[in-house]
Amino acid sequence: MITQVVTANRLVDGIVVFLAADGGWSERFDLAAVSRSEEASRRLLGIAEQAEADRVVVAPYLIDVREEDGAVRPVRFREHIRAFGPPVHPQFARPGAGA
Amino acid sequence: MYRYDEFDRTFVDQRVAQFRDQVRRRLEGELSEDEFRPLRLMNGLYLQLHAYMLRVAVPYGTLSAAQMRKLAHIARRYDRGYGHFTTRQNIQYNWPKLSETPDLLDELAEVEMHAIQTSGNCIRNVTADQFAGVAADEIEDPRIYAEIIRQWSSLHPEFSFLPRKFKVAVTGATRDRAAVKVHDIGLFIRRNAAGEVGFEVVVGGGQGRTPMIAKTVRSFVEKRHLLSYLEAIMRVYNQFGRRDNKFKARIKILVHEIGIEEFTRRVEAEWAEIRDGVLDLPADEVARIHAYFAPPAYEPEGEAAATLARQRLSDPAFNAWVRSNAVAHKQPGYAIANISLKPEGGVPGDATAEQMDAVADLAEQYSFSEIRVTHEQNLVLPDVRQDALYELWQALDAQGLATPNLNLVTDIIACPGLDYCSLANARSIPIAQRLSRRFADLKRQHDIGELRIKISGCINACGHHHVGHIGILGVDRKGEEYYQITLGGSADEDAAIGKIIGPAFSSAEVVDALEAIVETYLRVRREGERFIDTYGRVGAEPFKEVLYAAA
Ligand code: SF4
Repeated sequence: MITQVVTANRLVDGIVVFLAADGGWSERFDLAAVSRSEEASRRLLGIAEQAEADRVVVAPYLIDVREEDGAVRPVRFREHIRAFGPPVHPQFARPGAGA
Repeated sequence: MYRYDEFDRTFVDQRVAQFRDQVRRRLEGELSEDEFRPLRLMNGLYLQLHAYMLRVAVPYGTLSAAQMRKLAHIARRYDRGYGHFTTRQNIQYNWPKLSETPDLLDELAEVEMHAIQTSGNCIRNVTADQFAGVAADEIEDPRIYAEIIRQWSSLHPEFSFLPRKFKVAVTGATRDRAAVKVHDIGLFIRRNAAGEVGFEVVVGGGQGRTPMIAKTVRSFVEKRHLLSYLEAIMRVYNQFGRRDNKFKARIKILVHEIGIEEFTRRVEAEWAEIRDGVLDLPADEVARIHAYFAPPAYEPEGEAAATLARQRLSDPAFNAWVRSNAVAHKQPGYAIANISLKPEGGVPGDATAEQMDAVADLAEQYSFSEIRVTHEQNLVLPDVRQDALYELWQALDAQGLATPNLNLVTDIIACPGLDYCSLANARSIPIAQRLSRRFADLKRQHDIGELRIKISGCINACGHHHVGHIGILGVDRKGEEYYQITLGGSADEDAAIGKIIGPAFSSAEVVDALEAIVETYLRVRREGERFIDTYGRVGAEPFKEVLYAAA
């Protein structure tokens, strides 16, 4: 089964963002819209690509996530770091790690 | 220091204005990301793991106090209060906003700095010995030639679209502190039998996935022929370098594939066509650039050495710092003061805006307003009176900048790795931090002696792991961070590529593994042997035994 969210960087300042359920973009990983099917992933990516054309974000892509104790987590460590900030600089930790 | 002439100033100002317009067009939708990407990269602006990243060129690692103060200001105003000094003697900012980059570049231009040619398939920022002009073992100041090469290679129409990026390093000293032999072109200033000064030219060094040590193409090129000879090399590369495969496009692959004899033959043939032409370097032009790097007005030695000797005796902590971080200067009464950016538990190469400001102030006060950046990610105040070292050390200590560990086990090079780099397989910085804590005891560090540990987060080798006495390479094993250890690398005049010692270690194991290697060295070394000497004598076996015996 697929579990995915869409991420990108905001064009104007480069900050990592996630496509939220309301179609907007959030810096919070825990507000990302979660896809549970290929079709839903395609739809989310379509929205993201439109947002790229509209100059809201750059380089959107899907990442795999998994659900664990009721919270959603990125599967790859790289995406974990991207979602929550560089571990060596805890002062730049991002909100939205979820429960 | 070199100062911009009319041409440099106009060019840099124009480039900022162009980029301002390009950013505006991008934000207003006239340019797509595909159209914009090459334009931003030409101005040093990357899109990294977390945000945009701006790489600012520090030509041959030399900065004025005013420039350092500007870098601090930029860290504060446009970034998050710090910057990262890199193995290319540059500085990177990790969080600039695209919309503010034009203003940032305008501010840089005010102090004659920019981010041009810090990315892309062009001749990158020329690097040099960080002790240029002050080293006791130097024939001539390499920055004169680094600057001449900078002017020749900047915006050179023929060399703006090379098969791949191209890196040049220069040293004028007998000890190679600039990793010259792992550059595409390396220049060693040499004196020939007739007493003339010229260059030994080496070609085809590099790191990355195919590490190689550069080979000599010509053991002596006269000064006046420097540019025509370099141009001949570039033309051969431009013509024969592979453009079909990114991984085979560096000049080292060409040299390797056709052999150094054939490569040399082609260069010499090309050179025969263009030597004594427009690229001939007249002596008065060398003299003109030379004047920019004239030594400052040194004061007579006086009691400087005696004062220093007394202060060392009375303060053991100061003495420890002088022992490791102060280096012999060519001028009596002066010393080269190295500022370690490797405090215990710190991020190698990071400096806060406050630290940068402090270094700028101290450079003004004690070092004729000059600062150097080293490829080992430290800073240098090149011209400090010996009797001012004590005050300087106290001021540095107040800023957390007086770690006495130059060239010791905790003076670790680490690339940004997975904390910041989108190409990384694993993190580099936390390994450096853990090692610096494990080996924090200074007495033990001094007992271990010179030991160069270098860490990269992927095979691109920005952390120079191939040429570390001990190299650590981050690899991804089914989503887990693992670390492959190499031994026996060296970046100096006896450059060598390290050899993989065996299977990689997990993140939890790697620091213990490093300690086991160091303990083995301490056990088997002979009197006066550095780690690298012992390894050269005994080979990998004793180390393998302790690392893998249990398995
Ligand atoms: S070596 Fe790899 S991980 Fe490290 S900075 Fe270079 S590209 Fe990034």
